[in-house]
Amino acid sequence: MRRAGIGLVILFLVAPLLVIAAVSVNEKKRLLFPPHGFSLSWYGAIVAESEWLDPVLRSLGIAAMAAAVAVSIALPLAYFLWRYRVFYAKALFAIGLIPFALPPVITALGYLIFWSSSGWSGTMANVVLSHGVFLVTLPLVTVSLGFEGLDPALTEAAGTMGADDLQVLRTIVLPLILPYMVSGYAFAFVISLNEYIVAFMVAGFTVETLPIKLFNSLRYGYTPVMASVTVVFVALAALIFGLVARFGDLPRLLGALGPRER
Amino acid sequence: MRRGEPPRTLRQHAALVYPGAMLGVLFLVPFAIMIAVSLYHRVEQGFYEPGFEFTHYARFFTSFFSDHLLFSLFIAALASALCVLVGFPFTYALVRLGRRAQIPILVLLLSVLSLSEVIVGFAWSVLLSKNAGLSNLLVWIGLLAKPLAWSPSFGAVLCGLSYLTFPYTILVLYPPLSRLDREMVEAARTLGASPARTFATVVIPVLRPAILAAFILGFVFTLGSYLTPQILGRPQHWTLSVLITDQAIYAANIPFAAAMAMFLTLVSLALVAATLALNRSARRTP
Repeated sequence: MRRAGIGLVILFLVAPLLVIAAVSVNEKKRLLFPPHGFSLSWYGAIVAESEWLDPVLRSLGIAAMAAAVAVSIALPLAYFLWRYRVFYAKALFAIGLIPFALPPVITALGYLIFWSSSGWSGTMANVVLSHGVFLVTLPLVTVSLGFEGLDPALTEAAGTMGADDLQVLRTIVLPLILPYMVSGYAFAFVISLNEYIVAFMVAGFTVETLPIKLFNSLRYGYTPVMASVTVVFVALAALIFGLVARFGDLPRLLGALGPRER
Repeated sequence: MRRGEPPRTLRQHAALVYPGAMLGVLFLVPFAIMIAVSLYHRVEQGFYEPGFEFTHYARFFTSFFSDHLLFSLFIAALASALCVLVGFPFTYALVRLGRRAQIPILVLLLSVLSLSEVIVGFAWSVLLSKNAGLSNLLVWIGLLAKPLAWSPSFGAVLCGLSYLTFPYTILVLYPPLSRLDREMVEAARTLGASPARTFATVVIPVLRPAILAAFILGFVFTLGSYLTPQILGRPQHWTLSVLITDQAIYAANIPFAAAMAMFLTLVSLALVAATLALNRSARRTP
């Protein structure tokens, strides 16, 4: 009974993805389900046609850099808050959480107005910076979780043995925090890869990311590359989260207590 | 290195300079400019000039705005309620699986959560389409005479929105449910309550604040959907987020878009603050 319930919900979650995977192997250019024939040519087209390859590479580049920006902001802030519990650090932490608590269209409109009045707009760098700040919440949460899990005895012992702050940070704290930085980076990377509205408002007409390209082609009619590129992106997300689960404690990252805390 | 003591020297603040500057310049400043622009004067042909007027806020009282607002609130509440209704028993079952069995399901949930709205909208439009949809499957089984087009429609939008919000609802419910005291559940079982009765009379009442929080956060999350109503619905199904973008980009009325964004901000922040207060009072009275 319990298993049947879980199975039904999982079916609901994977059904649309299965249909997309099925139509992506249609032999002809038409949208048919069940698929007629079998062909992987629409996967080849992602690489062969620059119309698709360019937005894919652009999105990957933006996501890689934006996630780095997000972690670079989150790390010193989480460190400072762990080290000194003062109200202005807590306030800054709260500001870092806001972008995720609001409907994203609000942040997107803020950026549209901000960049257009700054006189510097429409470039990839604008998208990277906007995504970097917009997604800061994710590494901020994971890295803070990492700091909270640190054993204070370790840092105190190092301090007693004569290590200064910087040495403790470099040799003890950072290696222990690294998995949390990596998972924060991974979360921000995947979300940036799939993000539409902020990218669209910041530079939608000059920097075509994959989600923007997909939405534009959705309006002009169907091509099977839309299905194959979707499958690739779903697989990429599953692969990245699978790796996070393999090398990190996914239940703890998502808020369950660690095995030792029970 | 000791934790908790306040920083004394200016040098100790060095770590705060860069995050403070980034969040200040790239989040607080855009927000402040947006508040200002919502009060500016709109000039025809899509520009605006400094001013101080409430004309854009006054348009909230027109039916153009209020119809879309009411529809947005209605469909967001409905989708979020559906997600909690299905998601709560699902998460309860999920956390009672072993940690190992949970992981593939959590990976699936995260993957679905991170999917672009375009992808979700596209996938559902195919699933509900006449050519390649679920109805073909029903025809094949013999339940339906002819394949039907189920999209665009209200039901399609609701489906898409629930699909988007569902993983988010689960991830909000996951921490409180996985921290639920197992001994309490076992005590109820030992005293003779059936699993269903334990769930209804022990688990649900204890977690009522968490359920309400999941509903509110899912509601705010759904309110932000932008592409789903356009891909799976008709113009009467457009939500406030679509309207804001439409005004900003295509109607080039940025002050009005900013005013609507301010309204959406206030609604969302009030709801999130209510959730936080709810959780705090729940922690005080266990």
